[in-house]
Amino acid sequence: MSTQSSRFAARLMVAPSVGLLLIWMIVPLAMTLYYSFRLYRLLSPDRTGWVGFNNYLWFLNSPDFWLALFNTLALVGGVLIITVVLGMLIALLIDQPVKGQGVLRILVIAPFFVMPPVAASIWENLFMHPQNGLFAALARGIGAEPILFLENYPMLSVIGIVSWEWLPFATLILLTALQSLSSEQLEAAEMDGASALSRFRYIILPHATRAITVVILIQTIFLLGIFGEIFTTTQGGPGSASTTLPYMIFKQAIAAKDIGRAAAGGIIAVILANIVAYFLMRSIGKHLDA
Amino acid sequence: MTKTLRALMGATALFTLSGAAMAETTITVATVNNGDMVRMQGLMDDFNAKHPDIKVEWVTLEENVLRQNVTTDIATGGGQYDVITIGTYEVPIWGKQGWLESLNDLPAEYDVDDLLPAIRGGLTVDGNLMAAPFYGESSMVMYRKDLMEAAGLTMPDAPTWADIETAAKAMTDKSKEQYGICLRGKAGWGENMAFLTAMSNSFGARWFDEKWVPQFDQPEWKATLDFYLNLMNNYGPPGASNNGFNENLTLFQQGKCGMWIDATVAASFVTGKDSTVADKVGFALAPDNGLGKRGNWLWAWSLAIPASSDAKDAAKVFIDWATNKDYLALVASKEGWANVPPGTRTSLYANEEYAKVPFAKMTLDSINSADPTAPTVKPVPYVGVQFVAIPEFAGIATTVGETFSAALAGQKTADEALAEAQTFVTDEMKAAGYIQ
Amino acid sequence: MARAVTPRRKLITTIAAWAVALIIFFPVLWMILTSFKTEASAVANPPEFLSADWTLENYAEVWARSDYPRFFWNSVVISVGSTLLGLLVAVPSAWAMAFVPGKKTKDLLMWMLSTKMMPAVAVMIPLYLLFQRLGLIDTKIGLVFALMLMNLPIIIWMLYTYFKEIPGEILEASRMDGASLWGEIVHVLTPMALPGIASTMLLNIILAWNEAFWTIVLTTTKAAPLSAFIASFSAPQGLFYAKLSAASAMAIMPILILGWFSQKQLVRGLTFGAVK
Repeated sequence: MSTQSSRFAARLMVAPSVGLLLIWMIVPLAMTLYYSFRLYRLLSPDRTGWVGFNNYLWFLNSPDFWLALFNTLALVGGVLIITVVLGMLIALLIDQPVKGQGVLRILVIAPFFVMPPVAASIWENLFMHPQNGLFAALARGIGAEPILFLENYPMLSVIGIVSWEWLPFATLILLTALQSLSSEQLEAAEMDGASALSRFRYIILPHATRAITVVILIQTIFLLGIFGEIFTTTQGGPGSASTTLPYMIFKQAIAAKDIGRAAAGGIIAVILANIVAYFLMRSIGKHLDA
Repeated sequence: MTKTLRALMGATALFTLSGAAMAETTITVATVNNGDMVRMQGLMDDFNAKHPDIKVEWVTLEENVLRQNVTTDIATGGGQYDVITIGTYEVPIWGKQGWLESLNDLPAEYDVDDLLPAIRGGLTVDGNLMAAPFYGESSMVMYRKDLMEAAGLTMPDAPTWADIETAAKAMTDKSKEQYGICLRGKAGWGENMAFLTAMSNSFGARWFDEKWVPQFDQPEWKATLDFYLNLMNNYGPPGASNNGFNENLTLFQQGKCGMWIDATVAASFVTGKDSTVADKVGFALAPDNGLGKRGNWLWAWSLAIPASSDAKDAAKVFIDWATNKDYLALVASKEGWANVPPGTRTSLYANEEYAKVPFAKMTLDSINSADPTAPTVKPVPYVGVQFVAIPEFAGIATTVGETFSAALAGQKTADEALAEAQTFVTDEMKAAGYIQ
Repeated sequence: MARAVTPRRKLITTIAAWAVALIIFFPVLWMILTSFKTEASAVANPPEFLSADWTLENYAEVWARSDYPRFFWNSVVISVGSTLLGLLVAVPSAWAMAFVPGKKTKDLLMWMLSTKMMPAVAVMIPLYLLFQRLGLIDTKIGLVFALMLMNLPIIIWMLYTYFKEIPGEILEASRMDGASLWGEIVHVLTPMALPGIASTMLLNIILAWNEAFWTIVLTTTKAAPLSAFIASFSAPQGLFYAKLSAASAMAIMPILILGWFSQKQLVRGLTFGAVK
């Protein structure tokens, strides 16, 4: 039972973080909102003024907008599916009594320690390069034409790279969930003649639901804003084939130096993030309780 | 900064020759990670010996990242940098905004009249020199003499686009991963659009007419893009839509390209130590179509001082050191004449030692044949060969470059790409107030 | 009774697990191998695994070309600093939310997480201007604050889930003994929560170390960490695979080693309350 005084103390303890985060959220958001209604181009400082919803309209009317929206969701969804499914399989595998478990784990978590630009440039130059990449060499080895990853499958390539980066995170969280599962329960099921598949379906999966929820939630937060990997590899192309919403904003801010448009794009992205968050919480939020 | 302080700092600069221990000034120099700049950083012992009172902090970044950081800083008056490395596109625009400190008062020994007129003209705003060229470049054809010979062809010193196509066809052998021609395909105003804009000049095309109306719906642009796509699809390397300057350089150095039309500064790399074809490279002027303009550009990576710098005098001392005649001699003595930053000074090309460098003459001829003030066959309202010197260009050309890159990747036809470019550029020019 | 595992099954799972692990690790391994090759053999066709002339030249060149120790030190200060500062703010908050939960605690947590959903690129110029006004551009303290705030929601959430697992009875008991609130934290909670705090710390050091947007946008020289170091070696002129690999290896090695040594702690800690 918490007393009056402890409740007051608790408020006091929460206050700094709430205050800081509030400032951290409100100040940039307010500035972004302000700029989103302004004409503000870094290279033409003499032309300024209020432009109403023009910046928003530019974004919404841009032929790339819907593709960028789709790509953003495809990136988040694709990486989530790949990391959760593969992460589960790998977790199941290394949860088995195998030799050298410690070293195995070290190898599996390694991608998590690789800086995103480094990861992207390794994949782009050492693996996916159509002439000098390892994949091209493999293709030639079996007498096939090298696959032009970044030209013909830019979005899939980016999803692949990002999945590789986040796979360890998913694997680790799922692994800890599996390890907390009592082995007696599994053994009993095995003795009752339950198949491996039904053991997974009825015992392991329900137990891991919460872990999967956590993986989805945290990764979604990070994945919604991803653009560094795209910047390093495809630069949103060819054309706009791999342009996501953050990358589209980045292009307005950096290439066009149009801060007003970039800000409008930012507000649109925040709205999108909130919609995603809403559906996310509705569909999986309940697993976070208890 | 007050006048007194300024005078004091000038005095400091004077005293440096005596080597006396002075209060140290630190300057921050932002530069791109190109070979000539990296070499400069390796020669800092010379600067430190001559100017012990100035400490140089380097910010070396990849071109795109550097441009992003420097532009943000200068446009918001940040004052983080004392010397910045910028190009011919930025200098006139930033100079007009008053963001750059003029370099009119460089010492007499600097001999500003020695700078190549074409390069100097591009860095001068309203009669004031706003940046000092570190190296200058045009573009030209680099080709494999051995492959041309095997095909029974010779490359004219001033080829036409038809010559290029014939040669590309003859040198292509895809079974050996040998491609007749490598050209830029990566989207970006400084990547594929630099090449394509310069190329379009030789086809009689232009970005805008005299009233700033975009011209992508004109037959000249169609001819340019069709020719480019045809060359690349038939004789270019696979995956070319992701190839920029550096990717093509690597391919050429590996012996996978028969020809490469790109920056003259690449000549020292393709004939340098990393190149497997160093002794087999020939050079020719960028091609033309008999219309009086060649498809070569003009660019100079230059050092400038932001108006927001608080160490302008020390910055000037540094710029003088890095771009004067002594610096060229210093590089020559340490790294050989072939590695001297090219394309800035008349005296360099008058030097007999330098004349022995295989690409020296072709570089000078290429630079001299580019005219930023009259870049196109038909009249235009803008300055710039491979760019249009207006602030909006970088953003607009990057999007157009994406469209053309998509056409190269086979996602769009040339007609679709041109129609999209026309619509997009028209909208942007309206939004920017150039046309109604 | 231990689960019956036939040697055959163990062999098969061992092989499968190792194969998968090696595939996942391979890109890192290949990068490290490449960093010891000459530029020419780095792009050799067919690729050379072992026949290349091994060389340390790339490392020597990368070392000579840039002030690695300074970038490294900045990375350490920024990642450790932002994590410690973050813990300082987060521990009391998480404690209060875990032990004196209100009706809105869950919503508060979710709101905190949602502050991370603003794409960094969208607020780049506003934040840059803000930092400029405050004189925080290219300062370590500025980045420490920025990264701290960026990761604070994650820190709080992680700690919250740990603290919640500490049985309430222990608190009741200490309260009976008349311990003050502060006493509770110092004497009862902290020892029990220490593993959780350690894991949180590790995860956040990794996240901060790998941050490669703000650390480049908000720095020039004095505060530039290893992400900026990498940006000076990507896309230069000429062959660069081996040098880029060497620079990359130097940038990720410290955190990779830290991660490997503290692997057990990290694995134990990365639950986010996922385990009941």
